[in-house]
Amino acid sequence: MSTLILFNVTNGLIIGAFYVLMALGLSLILNLSGVINFAHGGFLTLGGYVAFTLSAYIGFWGALIVAPFIVAILGVVLERTMIRWLYGRDPLYSLLLTFGLAFMIEDGSRWYWGPQGLPVTIPPILSQPLSSSFFFITGYRLFMVAVAAGVILGLFCFLRYTRLGLRIRAGTLDLDTVSSLGVNVRLLRSFNFGLGIFLAGLSGVLAGGQLGLIPTMGSTLLMPSFIAIIVGGVGSLPGTLVGGLLIGVAAGVTTVFWPSASEAVMYVLMGVVLLVRPRGLFGEEGMMS
Amino acid sequence: MMRRLDANQITTIVVWAALLTAPLWVNSVGGYMALASRVVVLGLAAMSINFLLGFTGYMSFGHAAFFGLGAYGAGFTLKLLAANTLLSLLLGSLLGGVLGALFGLLIVRRRGVYFAMVTIAFGQVFYFIAYRWNNLTGGDDGLRGFSRAPLHFGPITIDILNNAIAFYFFILACFAVITGLMGLILRSPFGHTLLAIRENEQRARFLGIPIERHVWASFSLSCFFMSFAGALYALLNNFADPSNLYYVMSGNIVIMAVLGGIRSFWGPLLGAAVFVVLQDYLSSITTNWMSFVGLLFVLVVLFFPRGLLGFVHTRGPQRDTAAG
Repeated sequence: MSTLILFNVTNGLIIGAFYVLMALGLSLILNLSGVINFAHGGFLTLGGYVAFTLSAYIGFWGALIVAPFIVAILGVVLERTMIRWLYGRDPLYSLLLTFGLAFMIEDGSRWYWGPQGLPVTIPPILSQPLSSSFFFITGYRLFMVAVAAGVILGLFCFLRYTRLGLRIRAGTLDLDTVSSLGVNVRLLRSFNFGLGIFLAGLSGVLAGGQLGLIPTMGSTLLMPSFIAIIVGGVGSLPGTLVGGLLIGVAAGVTTVFWPSASEAVMYVLMGVVLLVRPRGLFGEEGMMS
Repeated sequence: MMRRLDANQITTIVVWAALLTAPLWVNSVGGYMALASRVVVLGLAAMSINFLLGFTGYMSFGHAAFFGLGAYGAGFTLKLLAANTLLSLLLGSLLGGVLGALFGLLIVRRRGVYFAMVTIAFGQVFYFIAYRWNNLTGGDDGLRGFSRAPLHFGPITIDILNNAIAFYFFILACFAVITGLMGLILRSPFGHTLLAIRENEQRARFLGIPIERHVWASFSLSCFFMSFAGALYALLNNFADPSNLYYVMSGNIVIMAVLGGIRSFWGPLLGAAVFVVLQDYLSSITTNWMSFVGLLFVLVVLFFPRGLLGFVHTRGPQRDTAAG
């Protein structure tokens, strides 16, 4: 029993790490541009599929690095050509636009790569179990967690210690002031959008190795990322981190006792947070509310 | 001398003329009765969401939950309680309306983007319940094994089960009642207060209007109307499935409203007509219709954000103050 619980907690943490990577990207875009990016799941799916196609030429390791960049560039192109026209308008419109993009990306991947799941081959060095009693701790799982943790740490350091990161954080609080201080807000938003999409693409590559590739993989990961943001508090990146891990573990533990409630428990958690602390665990009063 | 009609009254007359004569012309333009019924039902859904979106200024992206709850509520009533069409409509809309009102209490202090996110996420909980609770809801296969019952008014029986035209007019009668109610509410002082909140929430608050109470009431009413539309949808299909509750459904209904024009009373109905006919046509000619629907979203937002009826300047509660 304790092995079973440990197994599901580990699973929950890994799934939680995906939620966090997704949700951090969503949060970055939401905080600076006020856009709820419904296409975020689509970019995750694209990341996985592009890596799948690329890995035939440049191998798994090359694809892991190149695919997120390709997806991020596509994201910036879409931001430059479509989404930026909607900044400052009612958030309804950017929501609908990205909703439509999500449809097109999902259907496009289904058309190009086929509706059935594709297996992703991971390097043999990562696919072996590391311990016979804890069969579920494979090299790949540890690797995923390490990459996710490294990227998240890198992101927080970037936001904390670089000038660009400082500008993104400042822009979250007051974009007009940042603009009047001479920062090119257009570029800042594009870069920030690309950064968010990069995180989605990266989690797509990682998720593909663990769960396989299907065109709907992005949309199934999207809702938990929303919940992670709401639980953690809109406007707070550390909150998003905690929120994602929390709902991942909660879903994992629930799977042990009551598998069919594993999704519902995330919503229950969100409901409790909204009742007890409406701004979210780390949210500040007045942010986005 | 005849009083000059304003644009809004002309729209109303045209809409009703088209709806009432639909059985005469719908087949000759390549449609069919069930398609016309679907346009009216989804049009009612789009108008319900617009009650909140266009006339109170709050964006809910989780209204499919209440649409689906209405559908399942009607299905359960017919399957488990009694073969009574009117009772199923009543219980279906109560199920969604009451749950919507309770949920509204949780979210009424949220604003803008946050409001939208919480409604999206919360809507999904009902989807997962319908999807997972196999014994009761039939899970992914949907709720089957019920059908709408003929109407009995004393000695008169109207067979809305087998007669598609009779059922169309039954739907139209329901539509008339609900849209009439919406119109009355929007014309009342309460409705004008909602418009004031939409136009300038801060000023409305300074005037002493209890914003939260009004938004909650508008949200609850909108959920109630939405579940009514959902219950009608279940009667139309004799079927309810989890996709009725899925967030994609919310997106579709919102885009119908935007496509038609959210500042206009009848706009969402027109948007629903265009959307439903287009989807029906596209899915008959290509398996990639989802891409085209997605493209429609993008094009509407980029080039047509005010919608088809956005150009009609109207008086009364539908006044477009954002003109220019």
